[in-house]
Order: sequence, then C-alpha cells, then structure tokens
Amino acid sequence: MIEDLTARLRVESYLADYYAMLDSDRLEEWANYFTEQGTYRVTTRENYDQGLPLSLMSCKGRGMFRDRISALRTANIYEPHVYCHIPGWVRMTDKKPGMIRAESSFTVIRTMWEGDSMLFAAGRSFDVFSDEGGKLTLLDRTVVLDSRQVDTLLVIPL
Amino acid sequence: MTEPAAAETPFTWPGEDTSRVPYRVYTDPEIYELEQQRLFQGATWNFLCLEAELKEAGAYKTTWLGNAPIVVVRDQSGSFKAFLNRCAHKGAVLCYKPRGQITEFNCVYHNWTYDLDGKLTGVAFRKGVGGKGGVGPEFDQNAHGLKPLRVETYRGLIFGTFSDETPPFRDYLGPELIASIDRVIIKPLKVLGYHSQILPNNWKLYAENNKDSYHASLLHVFHNTFGVVRPNMGGGIKLSANGWHHLSYTERTAPNNDPTGMEKVRSLKDQYSLEDASVMEHNLELGDLVTNSIQTVFPTLVVQQILNALAVRQIVPKGIDRTELVWTVLGFEDDDEEMTELRLKANNLVGPAGFISMEDGCVGGFVQRAASADPTGQTVMPMGGRAIEPSQGSRVTEAAVRGFWKGWRECLGL
Repeated sequence: MIEDLTARLRVESYLADYYAMLDSDRLEEWANYFTEQGTYRVTTRENYDQGLPLSLMSCKGRGMFRDRISALRTANIYEPHVYCHIPGWVRMTDKKPGMIRAESSFTVIRTMWEGDSMLFAAGRSFDVFSDEGGKLTLLDRTVVLDSRQVDTLLVIPL
Repeated sequence: MTEPAAAETPFTWPGEDTSRVPYRVYTDPEIYELEQQRLFQGATWNFLCLEAELKEAGAYKTTWLGNAPIVVVRDQSGSFKAFLNRCAHKGAVLCYKPRGQITEFNCVYHNWTYDLDGKLTGVAFRKGVGGKGGVGPEFDQNAHGLKPLRVETYRGLIFGTFSDETPPFRDYLGPELIASIDRVIIKPLKVLGYHSQILPNNWKLYAENNKDSYHASLLHVFHNTFGVVRPNMGGGIKLSANGWHHLSYTERTAPNNDPTGMEKVRSLKDQYSLEDASVMEHNLELGDLVTNSIQTVFPTLVVQQILNALAVRQIVPKGIDRTELVWTVLGFEDDDEEMTELRLKANNLVGPAGFISMEDGCVGGFVQRAASADPTGQTVMPMGGRAIEPSQGSRVTEAAVRGFWKGWRECLGL
C-alpha cells in the first residue's frame, strides 16, 4: 500500500516536472525525459479506439525528439503561444520491478500572444516508465486526444 | 460613402481575369450562402469518403458536402448510395454517429424508417391508434424519401453531387489529372487513421493554398532548412483544360544514391541536418522519382503523396471564417509492417503537426484577419502573368490559383 502510494507520488511528481518543462518553454530538455530509445506519440481517441496506427506526432529515439524541437525553433512558422497543462489524477495500472505503467487525464489551455485563451486539448496519457536506480524515465508516452480536431496547428508537444 | 444598395446588388467580379481577388469573397456571409447553393449543391463532384471505410453491406459513414450533412451507405448489392443526412419528417439528422452498420435508416425522433435506397418505408402510427389519428389520406409516402445524391467512385474514392448536370467524374477531372490519380492510387487502399484541423479562415483560403505552388519553399522553411525540396529538383504544374483542377509535383532528377533506381533510396541524405533522417526515407513504390505530389479536385479535395505519406484531405466549410480540414491518411491494403512504419514516420511531415504543413494551418487565418478589416481590398496574384496554363520545370506560378477562381466564378455565375 505505502509502496504503491510512493510509486504513484513519484509518477505524479515526474509528470509535474514534465508539464512544467513544456509550459515554461524549456523544450530543449524534452528529449531527456525519455530513455535513449524512448517512444512518443500523439493520437486521437478516434484512432486509438479503432486500433488505427496514425499519429499526429511521433518520435522514436532522442534524435527525433531533438529534431522536433530544432524544427520548432528554426524552421516552423506559428504565432507565439503557451500551454497551461492541467493534470488530472494519476492511476497506476501496472508496477513491476524496474517498470511502472500509469494513466492520467489532462487538459491544456492555450494562450496566444494576443491574449486569447482557449481549451486546446483534453485527453489521457498512457505512460510507461523505466524505474532504475530510484529514477524514473519515460520508455513510452502515448497521448490520446479526445477530439480529432486540432485548432490551427500542433507544434509544442503535449 | 458606400451605397446602401450594395448588399442587394448581385456581386460583380471586379476586373477581367482572376489575377485579382476581392477580399469580400472571404468575409461576406451572402457570398457564403450563394456558394452553398451554386457551388456545393451545383455541378461539382465532392469527395465523401472511401470505399475502404464501407466494407460490408449496410455499413454507413456520415460526412459533409459544403454545409450539408451527408450519409454514405453500402447497399446489399455492394453499390454506394449517398443521401442528405436528414429525415424527411422534421428535418432532424438521421445518422448521428460517425459510422455504423444498419439494415435500414431509422430516425430516432419519431421512428420514421427508410430503406437503403432512401425510400420511406415506415411512418410510426401511420394509421393512428385505435382508429384515431394517423396521416391524412392525401399523404403520399413515396413523395417523402431521403434526398439522394448522385454517386461515382474512382479508385476507391467516393464522390457525390447534388446536380444532374455534373459530367461523369472522368470527364469532370479530364484525362491528364485522372492519370495522376491513377499514378498515386495503384492498389486497394487502407485507412491508417484520421485527424482534422480547424482553420481560422474561409474555406477558399485553404483551397487556394493547395494550388499555390509559389509558397511551398517560402512559407515552409523546413523545406530549405532541412533540404526537402531543393532548387535543382524537377517538377511542375498540370492543370485540367478548364483550369479548375491541378497537380503540383516535385521530382528528383535522378535517384541520388542508387543508380539502378531500385527501391529504398534514402532520400537527400547528403543534405541532411536532422539528427534522425529516417523521417525522410522514401520507398519508390510508385515507380518514379516524384517526392511531392499535391493534386486538387475542385472544389474540396486534395490527393496527397509526400514521399510515402498518402492522404486525402477534405475541405469542409464551417462558417464564413471557419473551416475543418479532415485528413484521411492512407496506405495500401498489402503494405507489410515495414512499409506501414515508413508511412507512419513520414506522416510527421504532414497534418496539423507536420514539419512541412503546419504553417498551412495558420496562414489562411493571417489573411482572414487582415483582409476582414477591408472589404474593398483585393489580393494580387501576378506570378506567371495572368494566364491559367500549365508550367513545366517551375512551380513559381499562381496559375493554378487563378484556375480555382475561374472555376469558382463559373459555378457562381459571377
């Protein structure tokens, strides 16, 4: 019981750091939240529930994570905006020596440079952590958006 | 001073050709309404969905044609029918789920039923209860079916039209652009997934953007930064005879790494500055060296091949300044796991989060925002002169955009 509680708190704490990193534009740190061969995808509930493999954004290995951020910094054109992630409860779905699986819901409010704030995303994340030497690192993170509609564009990761 | 009669005066196109477009066409609700009647309900073929989404008899999918809700169904004989998704009784939406399986249409409101041909087969309490109530003697059940669309399929794509005057699809598109669909859809299709984008702009700004081959290397900086489209690459613009539809394509002049032209050329590796080049891997599955092929079927369909990322994009107007762009991302039925992986990776390039397409999500909004302030202003499209003609070798032209406006004017009679 205490062990489960501790594990859940560690996941919550990890996600709090992860969201703070995204929301405060420290995106160069993003890749390091994942293992060297870590995987990430953003998809929609429509795809996820039907078992369709398409992602809006997918990365495999830290090189691809860093490429996403260098494209965002140097190549892609978009209006300045920020996210405010609002995490929901974390539910641990599996725990083995060296590995934790967790599921949680989230919402994201996006604020544009002119001041318009809107509900940009609501959904769940399915996270698989490696748990080595008392340290969590994401092996895989699957973000499932409830809506298939993305307002305008998606450039900052979730 | 603007004359008060302006709102009632039919809109007249300012000027002889379509190299200038008045901002008003993006902002005037009256024009939006006119488009619904004359263009979307007029003599145009509009993409509805894919045969691959309706595999069994009774499978249906809901979709849109302009602002009209549509349902497409596969009937017992295997042919595809499409109807206005609206009960003939009170006008309620008939199918209110994205997809499903039915043996007949059934309106939840008052339980009116229709067969898969759209014929009204049942009216609840038609004869009343205990001899009282029911429909009047003059009610003709045969006169109250679902409103049908004409349907044609081509290479697994299902198109619909409300008009009897729309020419057969092959003639509508013309031989050259039919050939370019044949080039991309070489085998039975399979859906890899869906997503959509809400664009903060009039639908025509996105329709134009697809035909605007001038912007590709300028707005989408990723192309230059990471060497996707290089100046020494070949390509060009093809147009249908009437100018309505177009194809813009880019091709390598030679397979860079493999003189035999065998499959599995790792494209443009020499120029690469991304850490992980695998997102740009290209299996030359179509038997040529074309890396980008963007084709439009006027007014609302885009058929896309970018490396191995195949998709159809459907433009759905949602109001004068709001558009939903629905992406159906495709592979072929016989793709193996490796090929599917390649396509999924390449899809990082396109879609709402696409390295080379996300800008298209915001740039229409940039025009909408600035143009709305000035209903008397106009766009200027001088690239390639004023003509609407194909271009070999250069994509620095706005000819296809002018062709779009020619089609628009012909449909609207303006």
